[in-house]
Amino acid sequence: MAHEHKLEIFRGLWKFKSNTQKIWGVLAFLTFVTAVEVVLGIYKPEILMHTWIDPFKGGFFATIGNIILSPFVYMKPLNLIFILLTIVKAYYITWDFMHMRDETKGLRRSVVWTGVFLICYLIFILLQEGGYVFSVYNAEDALITRDF
Amino acid sequence: MDSTVANTGTEEKTWGGGNKPLKASYGKMMMWFFIVSDALTFSGFLAAYGFSRFKFIKEWPIADEVFTHVPFLHGQELPMIYVAFMTFVLIMSSVTMVLAVDAGHHMNKAKVTVYMFLTIIGGLIFVGSQAWEWATFIQGDYGAVQTNGGNILQFGEYVTVDGKEKFKRVSIEDIAVVEEGVRAQHERKNGLWFVGEEALPPYSVSEIYNGLAANENIRVRTQEINAEGEKTVLSREESLRQIKEHGKLVVKGANLVVNEYGTSLFADFFFFITGFHGFHVFSGVVINIIIFFNVVLGTYERRGSYEMVEKVGLYWHFVDLVWVFVFTFFYLV
Repeated sequence: MAHEHKLEIFRGLWKFKSNTQKIWGVLAFLTFVTAVEVVLGIYKPEILMHTWIDPFKGGFFATIGNIILSPFVYMKPLNLIFILLTIVKAYYITWDFMHMRDETKGLRRSVVWTGVFLICYLIFILLQEGGYVFSVYNAEDALITRDF
Repeated sequence: MDSTVANTGTEEKTWGGGNKPLKASYGKMMMWFFIVSDALTFSGFLAAYGFSRFKFIKEWPIADEVFTHVPFLHGQELPMIYVAFMTFVLIMSSVTMVLAVDAGHHMNKAKVTVYMFLTIIGGLIFVGSQAWEWATFIQGDYGAVQTNGGNILQFGEYVTVDGKEKFKRVSIEDIAVVEEGVRAQHERKNGLWFVGEEALPPYSVSEIYNGLAANENIRVRTQEINAEGEKTVLSREESLRQIKEHGKLVVKGANLVVNEYGTSLFADFFFFITGFHGFHVFSGVVINIIIFFNVVLGTYERRGSYEMVEKVGLYWHFVDLVWVFVFTFFYLV
């Protein structure tokens, strides 16, 4: 059985001599990312706590713009950073710890694309619905109150 | 063996059998099948959490105010520190696992044994930490009053720290004016036969109300999140009015029905998602122990391949992967 490992991460920016060294390198990187998350989570820099773009008002194109730029229009930059860093960590855990880097393209794609597609769909449907229920609960003429 | 195996003479052809699709062995492939489906299960849970959170986006508890405890450091508010430690422990045990897999590729039994052992220890530390986290969460810290509408009202006062005015939470134990013999616990042995009741809350609403009236600077904080991203603090008069007119139940800690941190769904999802993840870690530890003994007994040495360690490793890394997401969506975002 041959066990060839691809010994570089960051598209070849960081090369390793052995698989063991690569593992420690990835650990260092993951720890660094987690530390960044924790520091941001504790100090919550003011500049990242408010959205940078206000929702566009107007007709069809404003709506399209809001949909395309929704992560920037509706999400605090801090949360966006957290989610992106999480995906970065997930990538390195899957690629280097689970050896996805060394599997064939076919296996890699059937696992990742299936998962990513279904998860995006699930998240879209449920968050959209949650936002809708919120608007029903909190509308001007809402038929429901919890303040009693 | 040869005499029992039918030789079809087509071994070299695509449909002759003995192929490994995608160059992965059957076991590894099935582990990937399982991981994809399990990932979808967890995404379902996390998306449902997102659904409920979007539904109550204006009043969801702020994680930094809920998870502030670190073992042995009583009375200090240190959000994030303990979960960061737990995350690091899990990532570290993932590293020892991948080192075990690597040692397996080199058929180095001694190293596989050591690394498997360290992985198990890491897993146990993580599960233990999670148990502690649950215990603290269930125990609660400040207590609160639930209204008829199911909202949570918390207590606190404004204090000046380093020249800045800050809202500091106050425990219900510190303000309640205890009245004697208001309400006795109904037990199975008296009153209606063999009909008990659940544990009574530590105080009655009127005891809290009297305490609030007696302490001039205590105010009520609602679930509502204001424009600054903080929970709304009411005026004195409004505080008293809210407790008097809407207060229904004194809550301390958390269970599946009610919790002192905010909307009841928060605790439900916390128990369900971290519980389901904790169960994965626990079963991972059990499987790791089984594989560990197989390694010690030399099973894989005789088999000539440590692939089983690799398969268990895939599961273990997956558990780590899920935690990375749980960490983000429960503690950070």
